[in-house]
Amino acid sequence: MTPIGTDEWVAEAEQRRQGDSGPLAPLRRGLMRVPPVGRLALLVAGAGLLPVLSDSTFVVRVGLNALLFALLALGLNVVVGYAGLLDLGFIAFYGMGAYTYALLSSDQLGLHWPTELAILTAVLATVVLGYLLGLPSRRLLGDYLAIVTLFFGQAFVQLVTNVDRLPLPGGRTLDLTGGPNGITGVDQFRLGMLHLRTVQDYYWLLIVVFALAAVVFFNADNSRTGRAWRAVREDPLAAGALTIPVNRLKLLAFAVGAGTAGLAGTVFAAVQLGVFPANFTVTLLIMVYAAVVLGGTGSIPGVVLGAAVISVVPEILRDPDLSRFLFYGVMVSTLMVLLRPWRVLAAVLVATVAFGFAIRGLVDWVWPGELIEAGGGGGKVADALGSWVVMTPGNVLVINLAFVALIAAVLTLTTLRPAVRHIGLPAVLYLSAFVWENRLVTDPSITRQLLLGVILVVMMNVRPHGLLGEPRVEIT
Amino acid sequence: MSLFLQLLINGVTLGSVYALIALGYSMVYGILKLLNFAHGEVYMIGAFIGYGVLTAVGGPAAPVVPVWLLVIGMVVVAMLGSGVLGVIIERFAYRPLRNSPRIAPLISALGVSFFLQASALLLFTARIRSYDTTEFISLGTGVDIGPARISLVRLLAIGTAVTLMVALTVLVRQTKLGRAMRATAHDREAAAMMGVDVDRVIVATFFIGSALAGAAGVMVGLVFGRIFHLMGFVAGLKGFTAAVVGGIGNIPGAMLGGLLIGLGEALAAGYISSTFTDLIVFGLLIAVMLLRPRGLLGTPAVDKV
Repeated sequence: MTPIGTDEWVAEAEQRRQGDSGPLAPLRRGLMRVPPVGRLALLVAGAGLLPVLSDSTFVVRVGLNALLFALLALGLNVVVGYAGLLDLGFIAFYGMGAYTYALLSSDQLGLHWPTELAILTAVLATVVLGYLLGLPSRRLLGDYLAIVTLFFGQAFVQLVTNVDRLPLPGGRTLDLTGGPNGITGVDQFRLGMLHLRTVQDYYWLLIVVFALAAVVFFNADNSRTGRAWRAVREDPLAAGALTIPVNRLKLLAFAVGAGTAGLAGTVFAAVQLGVFPANFTVTLLIMVYAAVVLGGTGSIPGVVLGAAVISVVPEILRDPDLSRFLFYGVMVSTLMVLLRPWRVLAAVLVATVAFGFAIRGLVDWVWPGELIEAGGGGGKVADALGSWVVMTPGNVLVINLAFVALIAAVLTLTTLRPAVRHIGLPAVLYLSAFVWENRLVTDPSITRQLLLGVILVVMMNVRPHGLLGEPRVEIT
Repeated sequence: MSLFLQLLINGVTLGSVYALIALGYSMVYGILKLLNFAHGEVYMIGAFIGYGVLTAVGGPAAPVVPVWLLVIGMVVVAMLGSGVLGVIIERFAYRPLRNSPRIAPLISALGVSFFLQASALLLFTARIRSYDTTEFISLGTGVDIGPARISLVRLLAIGTAVTLMVALTVLVRQTKLGRAMRATAHDREAAAMMGVDVDRVIVATFFIGSALAGAAGVMVGLVFGRIFHLMGFVAGLKGFTAAVVGGIGNIPGAMLGGLLIGLGEALAAGYISSTFTDLIVFGLLIAVMLLRPRGLLGTPAVDKV
């Protein structure tokens, strides 16, 4: 209870202003002390080191995906972060850019436009599309916008999957998009004298594009337009009363976001040498949203961090040993942040280990000879785990039950008092290790989806402003 | 004429499913002003619960209970399960965010939807399952209407939907809970001041809405047979479209919208092209939003500051 005489709202606002807490606070404060130019230089230098340090095409490709992602997230950040419009058709613009470029520079229509012109046309086409989609949405409330755009994204995928037999006058049919097989044999970029051939080439190109986009959006954020966007985000009605052209700003944000996605799409089409409907599904949309939300909506460094995490983690998950390392690392470090004083932490960890050995021993005793050793690939960690976690990969029912029980247990834990929670924690940790080792490690794509969903929900509950975002004071 | 009648029957069946989904969307939106993106996934889980019941009693070929009991059991268990799921989602993903910026619960809902989809994939794998309804309800039974025929399954589905909708209308119009729901939808704070337990009303709304979606899931399983982990997404979109077309937050509107979307889809599939039905529904949505932004039965609301 707040004591009488204290204004609750003021107290909360104070708390929110100081809300720069949590594990990443020092990082954030340190980062903010560096001037923006320095931050960008830091990032570009870091990104530039990657192809120098590793000549593996795979690593550079992961980096390229991360950059593409960061570019997409930057664009989405303008729409969602600055202007506060929930645009769920964002990926359709990415697809539109990719398909336009592919149509203009492949044998599909027999067109091979100069790269510059094709890119320009693709970006313009997406901007116009974004503008057109924004038009009916202008008068819609925020939520209606979300659903119209979500439907639009769905419609886009369906359209490109199905317009491979367009009837033409004269009884012929036109194969516009190649249907589910997509368009292949897309031209690579030829910018002036430069012919971009390898993944490395595109990586360098994307660093440049990304840096330019970051500079533009950073300045836009601090400009008159950026302030107006924020005003529209916080309260469209009040913004309108202050003679801010609300509708025009919404459309502008929409078009800018769409254009950025379209640009990213052209690069994607060129580097993949083809485009397919399956590249532009809701999964990607959720991933970009997760990147923006994780890093912090409205914060450019945050969005970049989010994009890096979201695009690199799935690659790590592919490798059982790395993913195991990631899982237990994240688990232990989360506990270290959440459990204080350290005595509690130590007790919980010891209890978890003991609990594991007890369960493992019990299962061995009841069903002797049934268990197999954990961990493919060997290694000390895998060996240690083998005598700790119960492994029954074939037992689908048990694993499924454990998965459901894990969800239930975690949800229950969040509602309990801390003291009680600490008692339940070892069992839940062990259960999660069991589910992880038995099921999640073997299916990285599902694990990725689960993680994305969890990230969105948890971030919204725990830290809606994201890892590096500014906490917002809400006036209701 | 026979084709038209057949399409009409298809449309009404589909429409009653969409209407049931739309009701959940609409009720939640009416009370919380929240787009429950996870609603489609609740419907999908409902379909799987129904399948679970079917398998538990011996499978479609040899159920150990009479068929009427089987169908009722599937619908009831799926409704209970989905309802509980809806309440859990509300408790953990939406309630903590009730005073956050509007966009936060929307993103959280997106996350829940994605999580449920992935969980279903993990638990049930990507295999498409079939209720094999023809094994226990013969296709031949049905009622002839002129040259067309409504099979018993479809009749069952439509009947269930109508019953549930009547029950819901009575609940909202006549009972104390219904009055509390209407009051909360009208003005949550004022309702709380008048002694309405708003949290309880919201939980009840989520339970009822999700239970309706669960029933819709079982009906789809019975009529169309195939259920899989991705079925919720598009159905959720259609259900939401139905809610918007009818006027969101408006219960008769959701029923009307569902019926219209179902009919539109069936007729479009029959007369125009079956590949573009989603696009046609999308066009319908845009048209309604441009002409009547508050939906067909929605009343124009004045924005208060």
